[in-house]
Amino acid sequence: MRTVLDPTGEQQASVRELLPRPASLRGRTVGLLDISKPRGDVVLDRLEELLAAGGAVVRRYRKPTFTRTAPVDLRHEIAEQCEVVIEALAD
Amino acid sequence: MRLPDGLVAVVKRECPTCVLVEPVLRELGAEVWCQDDAGWFEHDDTELELSYRLGIETVPTLLRIQDGEETARVVGWSREQWEALTGVPSLGADLPEHRPGCGSLSVDPFRIDALEARYGGSGLGSRRVELADLEDEHEAMFDRGWTDGLPVVPPTLERVLRMLRGTTRAPGDVVAVVPPDLVECTVEKVAVNAVMAGCLPEHLPVVLAALEAACTEEFALHGLLATTYFSGPMIVVNGPIARRIGMNSGVNALGQGNRANATIGRALQLVVRNVGGGRPGGIDRATLGNPGKLTSCFAEREEGSPFAPLAADRGVPGDAVTLFAGSGVQPVVDQLSRTPESLARSFAACLRVNGHPKLPLSFDAVLVVSPEHGRVFREAGWDRARLVAEIEGLLTLDADELVRGAGGITEGVPEALAGRKLPKFRPGGLLVVHAGGDAGLFSAVVGGWVSGTTGSSPVTREVRA
Repeated sequence: MRTVLDPTGEQQASVRELLPRPASLRGRTVGLLDISKPRGDVVLDRLEELLAAGGAVVRRYRKPTFTRTAPVDLRHEIAEQCEVVIEALAD
Repeated sequence: MRLPDGLVAVVKRECPTCVLVEPVLRELGAEVWCQDDAGWFEHDDTELELSYRLGIETVPTLLRIQDGEETARVVGWSREQWEALTGVPSLGADLPEHRPGCGSLSVDPFRIDALEARYGGSGLGSRRVELADLEDEHEAMFDRGWTDGLPVVPPTLERVLRMLRGTTRAPGDVVAVVPPDLVECTVEKVAVNAVMAGCLPEHLPVVLAALEAACTEEFALHGLLATTYFSGPMIVVNGPIARRIGMNSGVNALGQGNRANATIGRALQLVVRNVGGGRPGGIDRATLGNPGKLTSCFAEREEGSPFAPLAADRGVPGDAVTLFAGSGVQPVVDQLSRTPESLARSFAACLRVNGHPKLPLSFDAVLVVSPEHGRVFREAGWDRARLVAEIEGLLTLDADELVRGAGGITEGVPEALAGRKLPKFRPGGLLVVHAGGDAGLFSAVVGGWVSGTTGSSPVTREVRA
């Protein structure tokens, strides 16, 4: 029997359950997160129009830079203030 | 393994001193264990377990055991010492007074790691993965997703223990928190991946320093990994360690064929892949990538360089690594310039296109100056700061040529910047390194990634033993 040492971080692949999806966004608070990539605002502006027309309450957020994960404070702020979040990923 | 009370000896038949004392050992009635000939005395230690557990370094070793514990030990042959230990007078009357012993097989460099793996209780915490009898061990590494696409050396306990001899740091020390999974990575895990990459133990300190540098906030490894851009960590090594561990700073310095260069860079990437969980198609979203993402590591050619060592200029003299978010090598050809002014203009012209000729302040770069180009600066007395200042002057660009639409190219800076002068590189965004073979009027530009506080900054760290 040959034995080797596990080279990985030994993080068990944990399956995370998705939160229940809301049936409608009417009356819900939706956060739009701009990750600071060029033209991310274009898609988010249009989404804001569509969401507002559909009766959602929209709040806008912005990461300082797309090269780093969102700061902890920003993540908490979104989690506390919103029920749904949409992230504009790229150019 | 409990030893009987009385005299115990460990010998090997290949040792002339052991052969010399054979009659004395038989006369004393000692319990004798032999390392290389199971039939010489009554006890067989050809597996070397007893020798390892007793910490035998020399044969013959004579021990006195009382209540199962060792109370005295002598090595080699010395009539005086053997008489003192045994309490028996006139031992070996026809022997010389003194003869040194030989090395114990249990400390043979080719055997010690296997003995430690088998009997040592290594203290290593990595999960043990047993390969099935019918698995090919190399295919098994691929099947588990542990390789970068090339074969790896299977990280057996014996090999990992040998690798760990390359550092004085404890296996359990945390070196860095590795993105994207933000896993605390120990010296042991680095050693496991260094074995897989093909490193020698003496390469390990460089890998540890490189990982430490790569995982700093300012290097932004998470973003560097996740980006659609080409980049991956490039390692430049400075200091006496580069030559000591056989790194290449000369002919083909940025290319293949040198074990230290190739495996150190590869080990860092394997740690990112295996420990950090950063894999292409997963978190790594590179559109094209570049071959340097397999490995990218070389030493600065400090001898004959017009410049101080890069790391020393960045505040870390001696053995050090500098990490850069490298995006591949672009040639710089200039076979005619013989003055520093002319050559600097060639460099500037080639550096202007870094990323895109109309994008200033976006991407850092490393300029790798070859010895034949370097000689022009050395003979003119230009140091690194002088050359960088010259290039920065030449690359202060007229924004009218850079705005969106200028030159019929939509890419560019916003219209609002028209009329201004813009530097191609942010302060500190152009690094200069000396490397390469003796012949060739070629240098190289290694482009960077999103630079500065919004992206990655080069990071220099000391290499510690």
